Amino acid sequence: MRKKILVADDEPNIVVALEYLLQRAGYEVHIARDGDEALRQVEAHVPDLVLLDVMMPLRSGYEVSRCIRERSDWRHIKIVMLSAKGRDAEVNKGMEAGADLYVTKPFSTRELVEKINGLLAS
Amino acid sequence: MLHGSVIIFTSFAYLGLLFAIAYFADQRADAGRPVIASPYIYSLSLAVYATAWTFYGSVGRAASDGVGFLPIYIGPTLMIALWWVVMRKILRISKQNRITSLADFIASRYGKSALLGGLVTVIAVIGILPYISLQLKAISTSYSILVQYPEIVMPAQLDAEPIRQDTALWVAMILAAFTIAFGTRNLDAAEHHQGMVAAIAFESTVKLLAFLAVGIFVTYGVYDGFGDVFARAAAVPKLHRMMTPLDGVAGGYASWAWLTILSMMAIMFLPRQFQVTVIENLDEKHLNKAIWLFPVYMLAINVFVLPIAFGGLLRFPDGSVDGDTFVLTLPMAEKQELLALLVFIGGLSAATGMVIVETIALSTMVCNDLVMPVLLRLRGLRLNERPDLTRLLLGIRRGAIVLILLLGYLYFKLAGEAYALVSIGLISFAAVAQFAPVVLGGIFWKGGTRAGALCGLLGGFAVWLYTLLLPALARSGWLPIGLLEHGPFGIELLKPLELFGLSGLDQITHAMIWSMLANVGAYVGVSLAVSPSADEHRQASLFVDVFRQTGEAEGARFWRGTASAPDLFNLLARFQGVASADGAFREYAAGKGRRWPDDGLSADAELVHHVEVQLAGAIGSASARVMVASVVKEEALNIDEVREILDEASQVVVYSHRLKQKSHELEAATAELRAANERLKELDRMKDDFVSTVTHELRTPLTSIRAFTQILLEDPEIELEQRKKFLGIITKESERLTRLINQVLDVSKIESGKAEWRAASVDMKEVISDTVTAMSQVFQERHIEVEVRTPDRVSVVSADVDRIIQVMLNLLSNAVKFCEPGKGRIAIVLSEQAGGLRVDVRDNGPGIDPEDQAVIFDKFRQVGDTLTDKPHGSGLGLHISGKIVEHFGGRLWVESSRGRGACFSFTLPTGAGL
Amino acid sequence: MSDFESRGQRFVALCMLGILLFNYPVLALFNVPGSVFGIPVLYAYIFIAWVALIALMAMVAESHGRDRH
Repeated sequence: MRKKILVADDEPNIVVALEYLLQRAGYEVHIARDGDEALRQVEAHVPDLVLLDVMMPLRSGYEVSRCIRERSDWRHIKIVMLSAKGRDAEVNKGMEAGADLYVTKPFSTRELVEKINGLLAS
Repeated sequence: MLHGSVIIFTSFAYLGLLFAIAYFADQRADAGRPVIASPYIYSLSLAVYATAWTFYGSVGRAASDGVGFLPIYIGPTLMIALWWVVMRKILRISKQNRITSLADFIASRYGKSALLGGLVTVIAVIGILPYISLQLKAISTSYSILVQYPEIVMPAQLDAEPIRQDTALWVAMILAAFTIAFGTRNLDAAEHHQGMVAAIAFESTVKLLAFLAVGIFVTYGVYDGFGDVFARAAAVPKLHRMMTPLDGVAGGYASWAWLTILSMMAIMFLPRQFQVTVIENLDEKHLNKAIWLFPVYMLAINVFVLPIAFGGLLRFPDGSVDGDTFVLTLPMAEKQELLALLVFIGGLSAATGMVIVETIALSTMVCNDLVMPVLLRLRGLRLNERPDLTRLLLGIRRGAIVLILLLGYLYFKLAGEAYALVSIGLISFAAVAQFAPVVLGGIFWKGGTRAGALCGLLGGFAVWLYTLLLPALARSGWLPIGLLEHGPFGIELLKPLELFGLSGLDQITHAMIWSMLANVGAYVGVSLAVSPSADEHRQASLFVDVFRQTGEAEGARFWRGTASAPDLFNLLARFQGVASADGAFREYAAGKGRRWPDDGLSADAELVHHVEVQLAGAIGSASARVMVASVVKEEALNIDEVREILDEASQVVVYSHRLKQKSHELEAATAELRAANERLKELDRMKDDFVSTVTHELRTPLTSIRAFTQILLEDPEIELEQRKKFLGIITKESERLTRLINQVLDVSKIESGKAEWRAASVDMKEVISDTVTAMSQVFQERHIEVEVRTPDRVSVVSADVDRIIQVMLNLLSNAVKFCEPGKGRIAIVLSEQAGGLRVDVRDNGPGIDPEDQAVIFDKFRQVGDTLTDKPHGSGLGLHISGKIVEHFGGRLWVESSRGRGACFSFTLPTGAGL
Repeated sequence: MSDFESRGQRFVALCMLGILLFNYPVLALFNVPGSVFGIPVLYAYIFIAWVALIALMAMVAESHGRDRH
């Protein structure tokens, strides 16, 4: 069965790119445009991995991450944070919120897909 | 019938009560728990101003001319408003120099001049005698009227003159005894007569209550309130003119004004007022309350004067009863025995209060400023060698009290009957007003000199004698009346009541004009002409600059010489007694951290000065100076040395002033720096935020571009359609990046002031139609209806046309962004209003929440409908637009509410611009 | 000290006001026949102005309350 990935970002072009990349890599991709929708999608599909933009309307990536980590039945979900902000403080904040990986925009698509593959294989 | 013995017994009982109060207060003062340390007692003691003259005479004056009594109380109210400036200064000077009386104050100011002190004393005594005699007259007259109860007979008709004069003599003697008991317990006149002050405050209360009692009885008992009294009086033709009393009186307003000025001076310079206000003051702060409480007292004691006066005129229409006696005769006529007795006691209070304080003040002056300086100079008496002079001093004061009261009695016998009460009092007021120039000049003008003060006082006093006292004696038959009618030696120009032909004024106004002219003219003229001595120079500086000084020690800077501490101690002991001197030395030594007499004291300038000030408290500053000089070997300072010391002092003052100023400046600079630092920090923080936001905004399109280029690069097998779509995104995101960079540059240019602005005439109609045309493609794509409304003609505005187009485009694309495709409607309205043009761009989008409206003009603030896409744009557009509009003197704002669209408006002033 | 100075200035101003109120020509304005509450106009005016002046003096004197020396 194909692994499921949720892409949550409010920047539509980035979503298009990620969706294309991940589908081509063989994943089932779901989309969310804001924090609330992201949580609804997690509830609905229980993905294996969530790609979270930090600066999203309604609920930031940090918040969504924390919500996911609060549920024991979602403990297995891997979280990758995507952000245009790359300062140490922000990376740390992301990790504290429960992310497995913090990727700074812009990113190399190949590296991102490799890292996701790595996370899901382990 | 009120038997004489009842009245006399009541009077003595009342005096006994007063004495008990005084005794109690003195005991408390000795125990260190003063009863009079209260602003209320202080204010009540000032009411010693209201004498028998007020108590009986105000009604008398009101009965004759209506309002003439009022300036005598309004004047002090006006003067007291100035006390904050004047009296505070006099108080401070007097405390620092242990001033014992008004004469001492003036003598001390003008170089501790014994001559000047003596002159002031003579003027004060002669000037006040009529006033004291007036009190004696009041007591004896009221007694002889009351004793006739229930008959109402004026003493003059009774042919009882000899009896009344005997009464007055008795009254004088009893008051003398009483005053001696009150006022000469302590020697140090600068120490307070606390018992006396307590008694005076009590008397002030009694006389006020008595007067109010009569007032209320007449107004509401006999008549039916104020309106009734006035209405009935107005109905009498003879009294009718008194309803507009300032009519037709020759010089009515001038005489009113002079009376006001006269009483303004009196409240300061009557010896008894100086005594209670300055000498007996325990705390400068009491002045604050007294400043309004004392005027309230004066107001209260005057409220019923007019009803009583009119009541009396109505009750005794035939003029057989003297207006001065209405207060007493009205209750008598109504058969109110007890009230009449109360009135008598009230009048007694008013009279005795005045006599006690006045004679104490005058006796201090006579002793310290007249007798002692003479005695000390008479070497034959060998006064210097007597071990104890305290008894002598007390003896002199007691003698002076008896003498003054006897003189008062004598004046009463000589001139008492020729004048009404008020006129007698005014003669005294005019005498003490002569002190005003030298005292006021003395505390504000360093240029006033001893010679000037002497000449001024002599000139003013001479005119007073000639124009007021002389006519009083002439009218009483003691001088030929022809003197008044034809002038001395028949010289008309010198007629005392029309000096140099000045006629048409009342006597007081006439006398005041000439005496003040002579007084002020001589004081200022001579002061300017004669240069001051070293002593005068020093004292002038100590008085005028009193608020710049630190305390008593200030005066010590001016002394140079040699002395021994035991000599000084013996000197003080001779005048104050050993115990008191011992106390003074112990206190002084304690202040230096030493013990007297065990440790001994160095007889330096400060100790000498301290002894002199102590001594001044007992015998006045002029005598004290003479005495101190007798035991110390003093090197006289010449005027240059005094000047040097003064200059030094003023240098120090200047330096410390500068230092203060510098430190103020430093503080201000520090505060400014701190503020600037805060501002810089804030700017730094804003810059950080800006950079962080900009990089974020730049990274977003970069992310898309990089992602898609990488996809395209690494995956050659993408379908053409997909490829085209990705390339399109790359192009769009590149454009977005470019736009962003341009806008960031724009913002930084505008904010740093480096933006280039071209100003030209701009036709807004054209701008609007151009921009709408430029955007028409977008409108069509999104099916947005656009409506433009412009007036036929509009004024041109001066602005940069490209910038205004930028604003318009920004507002339009903003509107487009928020319009729902297909249903969008945008209205553009151009209108002319006062001073400028206004453009409204209205959309029917989702609207903006009120809380967001304030921030959308900030940099990088984006507010979007979160249910749709994130709004495109950098968040800089509105910010830049706002800046542009502001630059041309206009304003950009938004009006909106959620769900009802938004309307962005801006104005541009016509004719303005850059 | 500035508090002291300003209070002094206010008192001086009050004195000026008083001199104005209780002199020609203001007094002449009220020296007319007629009455206020049964009291002749001039008398009524003088007492009312007097009360007002004292009230103002009380306000200035008590306004700062504490003294600093």
